[in-house]
Amino acid sequence: MTSARIGASDRLFLIGTAAAVSVVPLLIVVITVIVVIAAWPAVQTHGLTLLTGVEWDVPRQQFGALPAIVGTLTSSAMALALAAPVGVCVAVFVNELAPRTIGTAVGALVDLLAAIPSVVYGLWGIFVLLPWLRETVMPLLRDTLGLGRFALFSGPAYGPSLLASGLVLAIMILPYIAAVAREVLAAVPRAQREAALALGATRWEMVRDAVLPTARAGLIGGVMLGLGRALGETMAVTMVIGNRNALPDSLFAPAYSMAALLANEFNEATGDAHVSALMAVAGVLLFVALLVNALARVLVGSVRTRHARVPG
Amino acid sequence: MIVTTAGALRFTDFSVWYGARQALHTVTIAIEPGIALALIGPSGCGKSTLLRACNRMTELVPGTRHTGTVHLDDGEIHAREVDVRALRQRVGMVFQQSNPLPRSIFENVAYGPRLNGVPDGSELTDRVTEALRRAAIWDEVADRLDDPALALSGGQQQRLCIARALANDPEVLLLDEPASALDPGATQRIEELLYDLRGSVTIVIVTHNLQQAARVSDRTAFLYDGRLVEVGETSALFTRPREAQTEAFITGRFG
Ligand SMILES: Nc1ncnc2c1ncn2[C@@H]1O[C@H](COP(=O)(O)OP(=O)(O)OP(=O)(O)O)[C@@H](O)[C@H]1O
Ligand SMILES: [Mg+2]
Repeated sequence: MTSARIGASDRLFLIGTAAAVSVVPLLIVVITVIVVIAAWPAVQTHGLTLLTGVEWDVPRQQFGALPAIVGTLTSSAMALALAAPVGVCVAVFVNELAPRTIGTAVGALVDLLAAIPSVVYGLWGIFVLLPWLRETVMPLLRDTLGLGRFALFSGPAYGPSLLASGLVLAIMILPYIAAVAREVLAAVPRAQREAALALGATRWEMVRDAVLPTARAGLIGGVMLGLGRALGETMAVTMVIGNRNALPDSLFAPAYSMAALLANEFNEATGDAHVSALMAVAGVLLFVALLVNALARVLVGSVRTRHARVPG
Repeated sequence: MIVTTAGALRFTDFSVWYGARQALHTVTIAIEPGIALALIGPSGCGKSTLLRACNRMTELVPGTRHTGTVHLDDGEIHAREVDVRALRQRVGMVFQQSNPLPRSIFENVAYGPRLNGVPDGSELTDRVTEALRRAAIWDEVADRLDDPALALSGGQQQRLCIARALANDPEVLLLDEPASALDPGATQRIEELLYDLRGSVTIVIVTHNLQQAARVSDRTAFLYDGRLVEVGETSALFTRPREAQTEAFITGRFG
């Protein structure tokens, strides 16, 4: 009978989709397990010094990843500090304030930033950003503005540096933050906007008092998604950060990141101990990135569901 | 207190279009100060449009335009020199779905006065207290003004939204089906408070509930297909409608 046939094909479809869907979490589990197993020997040998050690000396079997960890975290934090306010401002401008045609154009241009390959950002960094930092920005900050008194802005201006990596990352994650922020702002119900407007708020007061507070959790989530991308970005960072495996003492100093370390050393990894130590670094990176992403999804999701039942 | 006098509204040959679609056809109606006017009519007949024209909320929809005039007291509300924000403070609005801002009870009510530059202090506190009293919610929130407004029940939130509009000391209060999402008890409280507000503020209320219209309003206007069919004393309109369409609607034969 037809109904039985439909029942059977339904079941097949269900099994098929279930299988396809379960591949994704399974993949994450498998990758995590492989990384943990591969990293295990290094964890047993070196223990916490993997995280806290500052020496990374392969011939002497010293595997302290702290400089790379610090480099990843600080350059990502710097990128976030720059891209988050700009991204949210872009979203507010495009969605709420600009005339429709201008808003759409600006939005499309910012989206386009996400289409530029990572290696192109790296090349732009090397040929445009680094000379500019070396010749203009760093001397300006350090000498002209007198910030050189502070350790963060002192030292010789080479170009390749934490600062360069933070800037490139900021531009790279900007479109993601702006895109999520725009989606979150668009999900704010019309009733919230009209509440403020009907009381005599200007457009800007409406954004400030009704839209942004309602969207806050989602905006934070969008920023965290950007952070997730910044943490794992490899190619562009490797090209501009300077690849110096030592604790950076200044934003101007060349530094390292976990992703850059892995990219640079995996091909020439010498011996099991080295590979295992690199795997441990990969594990740390994976853990931080998964954590940040999970948190971000929860926050973005909370805005969507909280307002789903209110008619727009 | 600072209660200003109720305002008069006068629509003259007023039409509204959403893009190519005409939602109101040359509506002419005078709403005397201090009365409560109910707007009734079948879904899509233009009740919300007429209501939202009173504080120029219609123009938030891209592509709307209008012809004709609307006067609040002696001023034409679409005149070039009119400040829309000031207009919206003189003409308060309450929506179908209560929509408190994500802040405290006190801050919701203080929002309008704050936009007007009223600083922290006794004047602000007085205005908030007075508004909460007029909206018949003071007793329920007096000891928790700093709680988030979203923690209130639906009926309380709606009265809070009325209080919030009253804190601007408006001349006109617009309500678009303010009780349609509430249970009978909460609805009754809203109706009582609207009854008490009469005289001090002009009330225009859209409702699908004809008994409600009969209970809270002095006059009722029946709209059909964007046209004002009939307006008159509520008791007269419900008992002796002049137009056949009105009679058909209030006896439930359509709409
Ligand atoms: N934002 C809009 N864009 C386009 N058309 C609209 C818009 N709002 C209302 N309309 C149209 O204008 C007409 C009047 O709508 P309005 O909302 O004023 O009716 P209403 O009497 O309030 O209906 P209801 O009782 O369902 O709330 C309807 O035909 C509607 O489709
Ligand atoms: Mg309506």
